[in-house]
Amino acid sequence: MYVAVKGGEQAIDNAHKLLAKQRRGDTSVAELGVEQIRQQLPLAVARVMTEGSLYDAELAALAIKQSAGDLVEAIFLLRAYRTTLTRFSASLPIDTSAMQLNRRLSATFKDVPGGQLLGPTFDYTHRLLDFTLLAEGEFPGPEAQADAAVQDCPRVLGLLAKEGLIKEEQDTGAPVADITREPLEYPASRAERLQALARGDEGFLLALGYSTQRGYGRNHPFAGEIRVGEVEVWIEPEELGFPISIGAIELTECEMVNQFVGSATELPQFTRGYGLAFGHAERKAMGMALVDRSLRAGEYSEEIVSPAQQEEFVLAHCDNVEAAGFVSHLKLPHYVDFQAELELIRKLRKPSKEPAQ
Amino acid sequence: MNAAQQIDRDAVSDRTQPLLKVRGLTKLYGPEKGCQDVSFELYPGEVLGIVGESGSGKSTLLSLLSGRCPPDSGVIDYRLADTHKSAGQWLDLYSASEAERRTLLRTEWGFVEQNPRDGLRMAVSAGANIGERLMAQGVRNYQALRAAGLDWLNQVEIDPARIDDLPRTFSGGMQQRLQIARNLVSGPRLVFMDEPTGGLDVSVQARLLDLMRGLVRELDLAVVIVTHDLAVARLLADRLMVMRRSHVVETGLTDQILDDPQHPYSQLLVSSVLQP
Amino acid sequence: MNAATQPRPQPQTPRDEAYNFAYLDEQTKRMIRRGLLKAVAIPGYQVPFGGREMPLPYGWGTGGMQLTAAILGAEDVLKVIDQGADDTTNAVSIRRFFARTAGVATTERTPEATIIQTRHRIPETPLHADQIMVYQVPIPEPLRFIEPSETETRTMHALNDYGVMHVKLYEDIATFGHIATAYAYPVTVDERYVMDPSPIPKFDNPKLDMSSALMLFGAGREKRLYAVPPFTRVTSLDFEDHPFEVQKWEHSCAICGSHDSFLDELILDDQGTQSFVCSDTDYCAQRVSQGRAGQ
Repeated sequence: MYVAVKGGEQAIDNAHKLLAKQRRGDTSVAELGVEQIRQQLPLAVARVMTEGSLYDAELAALAIKQSAGDLVEAIFLLRAYRTTLTRFSASLPIDTSAMQLNRRLSATFKDVPGGQLLGPTFDYTHRLLDFTLLAEGEFPGPEAQADAAVQDCPRVLGLLAKEGLIKEEQDTGAPVADITREPLEYPASRAERLQALARGDEGFLLALGYSTQRGYGRNHPFAGEIRVGEVEVWIEPEELGFPISIGAIELTECEMVNQFVGSATELPQFTRGYGLAFGHAERKAMGMALVDRSLRAGEYSEEIVSPAQQEEFVLAHCDNVEAAGFVSHLKLPHYVDFQAELELIRKLRKPSKEPAQ
Repeated sequence: MNAAQQIDRDAVSDRTQPLLKVRGLTKLYGPEKGCQDVSFELYPGEVLGIVGESGSGKSTLLSLLSGRCPPDSGVIDYRLADTHKSAGQWLDLYSASEAERRTLLRTEWGFVEQNPRDGLRMAVSAGANIGERLMAQGVRNYQALRAAGLDWLNQVEIDPARIDDLPRTFSGGMQQRLQIARNLVSGPRLVFMDEPTGGLDVSVQARLLDLMRGLVRELDLAVVIVTHDLAVARLLADRLMVMRRSHVVETGLTDQILDDPQHPYSQLLVSSVLQP
Repeated sequence: MNAATQPRPQPQTPRDEAYNFAYLDEQTKRMIRRGLLKAVAIPGYQVPFGGREMPLPYGWGTGGMQLTAAILGAEDVLKVIDQGADDTTNAVSIRRFFARTAGVATTERTPEATIIQTRHRIPETPLHADQIMVYQVPIPEPLRFIEPSETETRTMHALNDYGVMHVKLYEDIATFGHIATAYAYPVTVDERYVMDPSPIPKFDNPKLDMSSALMLFGAGREKRLYAVPPFTRVTSLDFEDHPFEVQKWEHSCAICGSHDSFLDELILDDQGTQSFVCSDTDYCAQRVSQGRAGQ
């Protein structure tokens, strides 16, 4: 009997073997090590950690290797692993103003206390293919150690806040929900929204943020501050009663400053959008900050007309593991439903015995 | 129950009592933006026009009255129909549950939007648009829905042969008449209208006004209509409220206000329109 | 031969001890079971739950798998079907997953199973009171394609505001002369909530009504679960003068000759020669073993 999709166990086993072969490629070329990926593809590792919601560079590198470089697949692997982990503590809120900076810029002021620090960036590189890399030329080694900022670097938006020019954010002190434990319900709190955006697909947030710049929910952003560097993570075990540092993580933080015209009860003031990502991930942090601000439209009584301002639209579709899964499930057999549709369409094409009238 | 029976039944006891009692209604978006301290009573079968220039607060007032937006302060009491479970009782609109408000909005009340696209389901046929309220009330007989659709198309002077056509194939005037049919099919007692002739050509406006006037009298509808067009107000409204900068500056019978306005703003408004 | 005389199926695969029993941790399973109790108490109501990331992609049955994991016991006998068949790739993959992580016995025979996880079908063999059906659900919200906003659809459910569901049916009849929904055909559960029965063909809808088995529905990506308890009224939406009806075939199954099961259409050659066979492979095999045959 003809059975096209009823492949069964043997087919699945064979598919796994073929996948392993495809991943390995030509065996005369040395196999890629996880540590090599971790060291030499740090930006891919950062993205997988951010959207995988797990700060573990080694596992992220492993996921990239296992997924043959398919980053959405790698994010999925890391997420599935994360589900099985036990939570033993929640950290104290991290203090990014105490960040050990590798890079810091503000587009809103020529100079800021603590100074601007260019750091490692693709900005200002000419996008010319470097054929010395193709020839596997050796990197000559750093000419100068980046002089990590030693001065105090207060946050730029804090300076505006001192003058009352930017809307103060209120910390209600209420417990923060965890969207990986509790289902997201609408309208979501800002904390939940930021969690969803932090896990959200970089490309999706980039495109939505871009759409606000092109007029679909325009909110006049300025890159108030972007900082990249290491931040200590503190926990406060109940039995100790005082906080202890458990290590440092690399973060990218972006604070956008946006225009706001004021309302019946308030004077004109700047508002802000916030983005945060693991590792060095500026594009993600900026996209996130733009979308965070556009999703605050309701809060500032702005007219909600564009996709980037619609909370349900953005939050329900920003997760690439969910999106990739649901799109890919179209590859599963649907022949029962299709049979039902075939039967229906044949019936509808027959002249109706009793016209609707 | 058809409209005629409804009138017979309600006529005696119903007409002497107000349908809607509004006291101290206030909603402000900014200084003098919105509406403040509005009070009035509306009787069955009465048409109340709210006039004023744009930004005077008339649309805000309509949103508050129709249960779409809670006021900062003030009370709206609505007298429920005799057929209702709680016959003849007063319902405090914003103390009522959302379920009660929604039920009211799809049974005893209607709302005609300025833009018919906001009040119609553009993706389904004219017949489905008319039938929706009946289906929401539990009518489960296709032929009955069909009959109601044909009857109402007739009443609003649309060719019944167009029952299966989509609203987007209709002209602006026809869409507005379809929206009216969609509201009236449930036999409402009170209909809110927001500039119902606003987007239409003058000749189309006249026909629609004529139709509306006929239906309002025939069905004995109470209507609150917002318009900036005094000609529309004169033709339809029994009474007028003139609004300016969130306040009601003058109220009275339509002829009185239009022929002998007292408040300087009403005088300005009336004099700015060519007299017939 | 019938199920009663068969020995109980025994596990074939030892459990993989690297994972907790049935993969999910006990706290998560408890959370899901609490959600299920609520769902059973309010038939047809969509209960939000803290869905977890599963090692299978969203849309491939993660909702159903989480429910199965939450209710599975060591003594259970699991059957997994996709499109009615036990040997479709996704069914095989999910069955293997539980054989590995829970070490439970699996079966292809409907009467032997205590839990049946399914995608798109309800078995033809009548279910009994000791069985639980677990449905994989892609989009749990029956109002979704009429109203995209979750806030609004939840309000519509809360206020019993379902008129718009019939607008779609009215429109079908006006356009085609029939109701033109062939699968995922909406139902009213216990005369209250309108529910999406998952993308089963409408052919299977009558099997939901007053069923002896407990029906559980899980949507992983949308993080919703819902239930139809045993012996609950489940009616398909319709009009008095256009009543709900199920698909009928002029053909019978080429293998077992069945006239009353859901048939898959096979195209045998380039000339488009059709053949029809039961979608429920176990039902078909049972009939063959009883000596039935097609033409």
